[in-house]
Amino acid sequence: MEPKNIPDPMGSLDELYREIILDHFKSPHNMGRLPNPTLQGEGTNPLCGDSVTLTLRLEENKIKDIRFDGHGCAISQSSSSMMTDAVLGKSISEIKNLGKSFKSVFGIKDNPEEPVKPMNVEEMGDLAALEGVKKFPVRIKCAILPWNTLLEIIKGK
Amino acid sequence: MTLDTEKIRRDFPILSRQINGLPLIYLDNAATSQKPESVIKAISDYYRNSNANIHRGVYTLSEEATALYETTRLKLAEFLNAPGSNNIIFTRNATESINLVAHAWGRKFLFPGDEILLTNFEHHSNFVPWYMLAEEKGIKLKVAPFNGNHELDLQTFAHLLTPRVKLVAVTAMSNALGTILPLDKIIEWAHANDSVVAVDGAQATPHMPIDLKKLNCDFFSFSAHKMLGPTGVGVLWAKNEHLEKMNPFLGGGEMINTVTVEKTTWADLPNKFEAGTPNIADVAAFSAAISYLSDIGMDMVRGHEKELTVYALKRFNELSDFTVYGPKDPEKQGGAISFNHNRVHAHDVGTILNEEGIAIRTGHHCAQPLMKALGVPATARASFYIYNTNEEVDALIDGLKRVNKVFGL
Repeated sequence: MEPKNIPDPMGSLDELYREIILDHFKSPHNMGRLPNPTLQGEGTNPLCGDSVTLTLRLEENKIKDIRFDGHGCAISQSSSSMMTDAVLGKSISEIKNLGKSFKSVFGIKDNPEEPVKPMNVEEMGDLAALEGVKKFPVRIKCAILPWNTLLEIIKGK
Repeated sequence: MTLDTEKIRRDFPILSRQINGLPLIYLDNAATSQKPESVIKAISDYYRNSNANIHRGVYTLSEEATALYETTRLKLAEFLNAPGSNNIIFTRNATESINLVAHAWGRKFLFPGDEILLTNFEHHSNFVPWYMLAEEKGIKLKVAPFNGNHELDLQTFAHLLTPRVKLVAVTAMSNALGTILPLDKIIEWAHANDSVVAVDGAQATPHMPIDLKKLNCDFFSFSAHKMLGPTGVGVLWAKNEHLEKMNPFLGGGEMINTVTVEKTTWADLPNKFEAGTPNIADVAAFSAAISYLSDIGMDMVRGHEKELTVYALKRFNELSDFTVYGPKDPEKQGGAISFNHNRVHAHDVGTILNEEGIAIRTGHHCAQPLMKALGVPATARASFYIYNTNEEVDALIDGLKRVNKVFGL
């Protein structure tokens, strides 16, 4: 019996581990911890033990500087690296919308009633490379771990 | 004598499945085993031919169902060389068996200031129930560490075994590293210290001979699903002297002698601990799994896994970018090998192997204290059973060699 819809093995791995993702994994941007951060917090994935710690400095309600630290798979680490690039210089409300848009790429909506603006290619930047994670449902939580951590930290702001 | 794996593999329908266009290579047996046709058939036979509630009906079907359910208990007594069968309790899984001991024995016989001695090898199922009890009762938990070879540090264990230790709760085999613990010594020393010993046999029972008369522990827990049986069936064996003095775990039907508004009295063993309608079909089908393993012989099962482990450890030596954890000695470990790529996370390794149809476990293996002691957030683990072959080990090694390619390292 031949199974249907067999994906080409290398093809789908390529979709997951895109070059941009591997670049961020091997040379992560904004890694480390800021001294005297305005806000900080740790997010963990209890299913796999991945963790990410974010430290950031706010000035006039905008992220002036941000660092991430932690351990985990290529997806969570590169997503953290890309996220720190993406949110630098943005306002809290912009980041909240960006987080919602990013999560909606994977079909995740915290409030199903609320309309979410889809991301355009320009906004996504390197983040677009993570879209392939959609096809690996158990890995989606790795991609959104840094975003959930950031959204939790800035929740009350 | 070696196992006829070709013949064995034909008994497991799932092994003819393809994953990503390639034959399934199932190396996550420490999590759950696959099931032979005889077990799958026994489940459907039960529902087709013998389904009725047990122990109370006077009609043929109920008597048949009762006989099927109770036959498994008798078979288990033989399989484990247990003294008697009325001290074999069916639960949902090993986790529930351990919780039963914590609630029904621990809450009654442990007191503030008492201590429970565990090891660093424990699965969360043999850690969290004791932690909860300790929080509730003001009991202290102590954890014996492992040594540089990832074996139990017996000297420190002996040192921690003080007069306040009323219970030693220990696994027979580490699910994360495969390490086999020296139960003979542990039980002898613990009993000399007047400590009760509860053994988590979930990982060991499917993979090596267990002789409960010789072992002489007080409590022994395991699950059917890791040893060819269905999910939803756990076993607790305990010495009668404990079971008789313990309070019931759950209240309800089946576990009573008489109920009046003023007073309820408990049923005899084992019914006192089996409240409500049990998982009759799966307990009945578990019988077919025990027969399957008994026909092969547990010495043969252990021997086959030793051979696979020797071969796998040898092949792992070829991989310069991987670290292997555990004793790395087939005499001191079961058929499980835990490892990590030096730069790539275990989850990524697992995803890459899945593309080759290879199923391994990645993560903390429900043993976070152990991971912390190893100094890693996660490991990858390949674990073997009777149907695995050297060719599958070769495929695993080939798959691992692809990790550097995929990551461009």
